[in-house]
Amino acid sequence: MITTIIYTIVCLVVLGLLFSVVLYLVAQMFKVEEDPRVDIVESLLPGANCGGCGLAGCHAFAEDVVKASSIGSFYCPVGGDAVMEKIATALGQEAVKTEPRVAVIKCHGTFDNRAKTNCFDGYASCKVMASLYSGDTGCKYGCLGKGDCVSVCKFDAIHLDEKRGIVEVDEEKCVACGACVKVCPKSIIELRPKGPKNRRVYVSCSNKDKGAIARKACSVSCIGCGKCAKVCAFEAITIENNLAYIDASKCKLCRKCIDECPTNAIWAVNFPLKVAVTPNKVEVQNPVVKNEN
Amino acid sequence: MARLLVSGAPHLHVKENTQSLMRDVLIALAPSLLVSIYFFGFSAIKLVLVGVISCVLVEYLIQKFIMKTKVTVNDLSATVTGCLLALNLPPSSPWWLVVIGAIVAIGIVKMTFGGLGQNIFNPALVGRVFLLISFPTLMTDWTIPESWFRTDVDAFTGATPLGIAKEGLAAGLTLPEIFAANEFTFREMFFIKAGGSVGEISALALILGFVYLLIRRVIKPHIPLIIVGTIAVMTGIFNLINPEIYTGPLFNIFTGGVLLGSIFMATDYVTSPMSVKGIVIYSIGIGVITVLIRYFGAYPEGISFAILIMNTTVPLLNKYCKPWRYAKEVKNG
Amino acid sequence: MKRTFSIGGIHPQENNLSREAHIETFPVLDVAYISMAQHLGAPAEPVVQKGDKVKVGQVIGKPTGFISTFVHSSVSGTVKAVEPKGDLAGNPVMHIVIDVEGDEWCEEINRSKDIVREIPFSSEEILEKIKNAGVVGLGGAAFPTHVKLNPPKDKKAEYLIINGTECEPYITSDDRIMRERPDEIVIGAAIMMKALKVDKCYIGIEENKPEAIVSITRAASHYPDMKVVALKKKYPQGGEKQLIAALTGRKVPSLALPIEVGAVVQNVGTSLAVYEAVQKNKPLIDNVVTVTGNCVPQHRNFLVRVGTPFSKILNAIGGAPSDAAKFVSGGPMMGKAVANIEASTLKATSALLLLTEAETKRKEEGNCIRCGNCIDACPMGLEPYLLNKLSRIGGMYDELEKEKIHDCIECGCCLYSCPAHIPLLDIIRVSKAEVMNIMRNRSVKK
Repeated sequence: MITTIIYTIVCLVVLGLLFSVVLYLVAQMFKVEEDPRVDIVESLLPGANCGGCGLAGCHAFAEDVVKASSIGSFYCPVGGDAVMEKIATALGQEAVKTEPRVAVIKCHGTFDNRAKTNCFDGYASCKVMASLYSGDTGCKYGCLGKGDCVSVCKFDAIHLDEKRGIVEVDEEKCVACGACVKVCPKSIIELRPKGPKNRRVYVSCSNKDKGAIARKACSVSCIGCGKCAKVCAFEAITIENNLAYIDASKCKLCRKCIDECPTNAIWAVNFPLKVAVTPNKVEVQNPVVKNEN
Repeated sequence: MARLLVSGAPHLHVKENTQSLMRDVLIALAPSLLVSIYFFGFSAIKLVLVGVISCVLVEYLIQKFIMKTKVTVNDLSATVTGCLLALNLPPSSPWWLVVIGAIVAIGIVKMTFGGLGQNIFNPALVGRVFLLISFPTLMTDWTIPESWFRTDVDAFTGATPLGIAKEGLAAGLTLPEIFAANEFTFREMFFIKAGGSVGEISALALILGFVYLLIRRVIKPHIPLIIVGTIAVMTGIFNLINPEIYTGPLFNIFTGGVLLGSIFMATDYVTSPMSVKGIVIYSIGIGVITVLIRYFGAYPEGISFAILIMNTTVPLLNKYCKPWRYAKEVKNG
Repeated sequence: MKRTFSIGGIHPQENNLSREAHIETFPVLDVAYISMAQHLGAPAEPVVQKGDKVKVGQVIGKPTGFISTFVHSSVSGTVKAVEPKGDLAGNPVMHIVIDVEGDEWCEEINRSKDIVREIPFSSEEILEKIKNAGVVGLGGAAFPTHVKLNPPKDKKAEYLIINGTECEPYITSDDRIMRERPDEIVIGAAIMMKALKVDKCYIGIEENKPEAIVSITRAASHYPDMKVVALKKKYPQGGEKQLIAALTGRKVPSLALPIEVGAVVQNVGTSLAVYEAVQKNKPLIDNVVTVTGNCVPQHRNFLVRVGTPFSKILNAIGGAPSDAAKFVSGGPMMGKAVANIEASTLKATSALLLLTEAETKRKEEGNCIRCGNCIDACPMGLEPYLLNKLSRIGGMYDELEKEKIHDCIECGCCLYSCPAHIPLLDIIRVSKAEVMNIMRNRSVKK
């Protein structure tokens, strides 16, 4: 009996030693020489592997940053300036300041605002839907509401409101990695500067149809009337293809355009509420995004 | 006008769904079930009922409280598992044996892998093998319980023909001697086999089920035919070499659950290969391993083990056995 | 035993409800909306302006690329507008809107019903005439016919294959023209044989159309080089690759065109259009559209002018039945669902099919039970379940290419046959487009 146990122990120990030697040799043989700074940079990165920087992941980012002569052309949207500064210090370089940004959805075609004209009966994906036809409402440009951006977001920062049929960005969580911008087949998501105190003004519509058609499809569409552009004192608003666009770098957040817009397509968020305005349902449900109107 | 639907082509779909396929399997099992009720009476009904209820319950509880996903017991796959598990047990099994088998089959083999379509092994078979290894005496107790219709229960022997043959050979007898001592007639084996688990009493009933499945196009005929063919060829060759110790093809095909296994267990969609090439390799493997276990292994039958062993090769077969592609070579440039 | 292709295929219920309905000429309406994107490839460019007077058969759009062709007015009247309008998917496409005044045809069009057998033109002249008549493939893809009949110099065509299979359920437009106008079709085939300089022609017709087989066989008896072949019923036999395999046993390699195995496939409708273009100088301005569906009280085959809105066709059968939930332009297996019922017919519109919710609504998706039905159904020998799985992971483009997703012909057999009702083709179609795009970019870089 005892001999069996001894044999077993001896055998296992010998086998273990043998395998460890083999493993060591193989590891030596296939060792890849790598710049040690790559590891340092990678350890500073958030490690989300989101691809927001445009590279395959955090390791690829670290490799490229170390290889490059200057880090000026690199930016980790997740870590933001804080991380970039750390990386710059680690590599002995100067960091470049970038304005923090956030994803905004340029559509507010909820079920209330935008009537359904048909019912999509295929695989619930915006990509599949957009490849087949223009969408299940009269608007050819707006949110399809199947949530491709929701599933692609690694930070749980974008959610589909199934009752209202539209996606919303949680700006606390959004790191502006841009994954949703890339995946949206209707290109209605834009990364905009967060703005002072997170206050910003933007056109929440992507409809390029003529006014009458756009208005018929959706009650909060931009009809390209140009009133906002006329009232803007800073030339921040341009109208192209029947659609207004506010240049965030020129906008002084005066909010005159909002009062002027006949369809409530322009949004101002995170401003203190005006007393006269009764908050509508939207504001109560989602305190983060506030419609001034 | 009703609401306008829009979707990609095609706009038509088959009427079949998972539930209807499983229902067809249950219908195909019905003849065997009836035959076993005829022979074993209440105990057969009890085993099947306990099997089905416990399998469905285990799946329901796991989906509802552990996985917290949608409950899909409606697709009848758990019912089929429960039914097959019961049909694979000796008629004298106590009810708790079935419950343990069901917990293993559904709880461990099916749900831990993610539920329907994800499991590697056939749940009912693992349940059976688990019981066979854990409770060897209960699982090889082939005594005939009380019956409602038959009075001549003495006409049945208390062990399976394969078991008798194996023991006899181990005791140093030759096959002709064993056959002479026990009256195995092929008529008996074909219609009503002496001894065996609940579902394998009548080969005729099983073949009826097979024909039904073929007509309904639920299964392809490849797997059962190739398994039976392989067993017939292999045992034929061995039998020719030495008829004294190697049993013959007919004896092997109609005993020890080969029909039940090849028609209902090996053809399980989830745990069998998808392409025809894979199916051929898989079925031949089952046949060969079954014969090897029977001739050279410790267990008298072995089709359960053979199917489980070949189940492990299925992911590999699916990966490497591609269907015949239409477009052969890629154009250059 | 009748021939068919060997890999995959399915047998959906035929439902050829309209097969006994004679072709009726659909009345010309007040306004025609003629799309500039009626063919595969670059859309045509409008050559008329608002206020211009046009006649039937007058060119109103000219080709803008190699794979592109002319568009002709199907009505006579005044151009009301040249503007983007929604196509059947609701996407904006340039349309020419014409207010109809009378029915005045261009002088060179021969409108007599006499059959002209003599083909006094050379191969080049024929191609020129086909191009000027704006003929496109009427089998579904609407590929410009003159491009297809003019293979690259280094490839030699051996066979002309005329596709009379009409393998899709419900549609009967090809069946009707084969029964009512067999001589024209056969002469059209002879013209295309002359254009291609081939001396072998197969006409493949599925066995569920015995009258068509009889009439085409009789008409083809004038031409010893033509062989009418009755084929076993199986979908998707009308697919180019499947039809070539069924008739010649040859298989088109991956990513190659049928000309690689010496075959050129044309639809019977195209053959008729070629006849009219070459012998009668009549451009492609009308085609036969089947209007059918189980919920439709009357099943009809209309000869419809290009540019007629679907809603007006529905009015002709007494409006859409209340239980019609889906309108499909084309057959139920490969047709497009109509999202915009005001969209107008195109040259290649073969049917307007009305389906009820019970017939067409997708069932809830279940787990894949690995039954292998999709593999058995796939006529290209692919593994749709695997393509679906890889596509859903996302980014697995190399693996998808290795599994030959680019061979998919989007016939819909996989989605049709899946008992778990997984939207296989929805997902595969999108991934295929992505993979093909990557492959194209790669070959451009090279």
